[in-house]
Amino acid sequence: MLRAARRAGGIALVASALWACGPGQSGGAGAAKDPIRVGHFASLTGDTATFGQSTDRGIRMAFEEVNAKGGVLGRPIELITEDDRSVTEEARSAAQKLIQRDEVVALLGEVASSRSLAAAPEAQRAGVPMISPASTNPRVTEVGDDIFRTCFIDPFQGAVMARFAFDDLKARRVAVLFDFKQDYSVGLAEFFRKTFQQLGGEIVADERYTSGDIEFRAQLTTIRGASPDAIFVPGYYTEVGLIAKQARELGLNVPLLGGDGWDSEKTIEIGGSAVEGDYFSTHYAADSDDPHVRDFVRRYQAKNGQVPDAMAALGYDAARILVDSMARAGKTEGPALRDAIAATKDFPGITGRITIDPQRNALKDAVVLKIDGGRFRYHRTVSAQ
Amino acid sequence: MENLLQQLVNGIAWGSIYALVALGYTMVYGVLRLINFAHGEVYMVGAMTGFYAAHAFGVADQPSALGLAATLVASMAACAVLGATIERVAYRPLRHAPRLAPLITAIGVSLLLQNAGQLVFGADPKFFPPLVASREAWRVGSLAVSNIQVTVLATALLLMAGLELVVMRTRVGRAMRAVAQDADAAALMGVPVDRIIQLTFVLGSALAGAAGILVGLSNPKIDPLMGLLPGLKAFVAAVLGGIGSIPGAMLGGLLLGIVETLVAGYLSSTYRDAIAFVVLIAILLYRPTGLFGSAQPEKV
Repeated sequence: MLRAARRAGGIALVASALWACGPGQSGGAGAAKDPIRVGHFASLTGDTATFGQSTDRGIRMAFEEVNAKGGVLGRPIELITEDDRSVTEEARSAAQKLIQRDEVVALLGEVASSRSLAAAPEAQRAGVPMISPASTNPRVTEVGDDIFRTCFIDPFQGAVMARFAFDDLKARRVAVLFDFKQDYSVGLAEFFRKTFQQLGGEIVADERYTSGDIEFRAQLTTIRGASPDAIFVPGYYTEVGLIAKQARELGLNVPLLGGDGWDSEKTIEIGGSAVEGDYFSTHYAADSDDPHVRDFVRRYQAKNGQVPDAMAALGYDAARILVDSMARAGKTEGPALRDAIAATKDFPGITGRITIDPQRNALKDAVVLKIDGGRFRYHRTVSAQ
Repeated sequence: MENLLQQLVNGIAWGSIYALVALGYTMVYGVLRLINFAHGEVYMVGAMTGFYAAHAFGVADQPSALGLAATLVASMAACAVLGATIERVAYRPLRHAPRLAPLITAIGVSLLLQNAGQLVFGADPKFFPPLVASREAWRVGSLAVSNIQVTVLATALLLMAGLELVVMRTRVGRAMRAVAQDADAAALMGVPVDRIIQLTFVLGSALAGAAGILVGLSNPKIDPLMGLLPGLKAFVAAVLGGIGSIPGAMLGGLLLGIVETLVAGYLSSTYRDAIAFVVLIAILLYRPTGLFGSAQPEKV
């Protein structure tokens, strides 16, 4: 229902880019002016709608900037976004549609690992390079050599939060409450447990829920019975907000910890005072002093009227890496593009310097944010080394 | 022990929402022998109406008892109108059709409301305004009862008591029971059967609307598909209590809520949704009439 509207946006983008080129510039042959079609499959609606919306805004902003400067290889970029409604099965068909119907040369997406995992085999089979801006489950890029990501992976993220709980919060007894239906959550919980136990901590309760649940009091009561020092909730923001509320109601006042699935303003909107004082790991801090970040935040805010979250920054970075790879390859598709993406080295992204490793992952630092006064505040950086 | 008590409190609060929805199933079944599968969607419309009403009344940001009451009344009224409309448009024309026809229609109405809900309200989840400021009402040891749980339970019990009063102590209630027993005989005695059936839908739908508000208070995420699973589970609760029996639906709802909470708390939440349907199969096998239902001889 909402899909048609997005395509119109993509076409308008091309039109404005062509206009920006102007008649005076030498454009070469007419065929060379054909737009390069890039597909984005994203959760524009549903339980994780802010992930898709933010990523799409970031990507759109990157492509608009590129097009304003004349595009890449003399051609403008056309972005075609397909909504998967936050449903795993739909991510696959969204990717299929983009590849077959729209004949895109590259795919960007998804945020949620389960949905990237559902779509990746389609991209691999068609030989269309796919860059996931934000899926952190290690299995995503293991699908094949056409699948890349511009973020760190969960073995690192899980270790970051385990160390944070153990060293900074001095927690020794931690409960885990994870989303059984999301590969991201299952994986992150596993890596957290592993590191936390290696450090000498104890997992005192291990409870699960399912995406879309609204009632968590039963699991939280069991967790309360185990009297933990902190609770690790590696889920997505909708459930996290509800979990925080119900935990506080039950008198569970220990800090909640999470991962980048919390990175949405909705966490605060839903959780309200219940998420105050909680911590999560993510890809960048919008309140950083870095001049590149400040410049990005200012431009994004001027355009979209809100502070960019990590998904917006990662979308922006992924789109720019794609453009950079096309320029380096001198080609806009196929194995040449794939090899150029794989060769990305020290790319100066908003979310840090990005080097694609042989496993097609990005090695990057993580930041820990604290929710304080209804805002995300930078707490500390954890280096990837 | 305290944990078990806490789980029981959680389960009763959760089950009271099922109970309110189950009442609508059971009442409609009582008078029409129809499973109104659109009932879960009425509950969804109740929650959505509450969301918009709270914002329209300007009570979304300041928790107040008056704001809650106003929202509750608005939502119950909207659902009452919706219930009456569904009955008039979708079921009454099929009153004398084979029993399969209205059942299929009910599923059709359910799908219609789900999809219309996505068009009108949007597919994104909404977050119900905190009409009750969350705080602890009682605390004994680690047993914590929040004022939200108290509000949910008190409102549900009050509404159920009100319903019991209407059905057992008023002329309208007597007419309702008469229609449930034998609609043709009731008509011969001068009971306006059409009006009474419509009134049954009105009452049942208003209760579902109230349930929508209560779930918005205690679990504040609402979306156009939220009625699907609770609707099915409330149906299980109604069968568990004995479909057609009002006290049965109340008890069935509470029991289902408690069982689900205990399963999620002591086994695994992965089994929570499955357990409701295991309960359904078990009842149908071992006690098809439910806890309070009585086997009725087939009318000839």
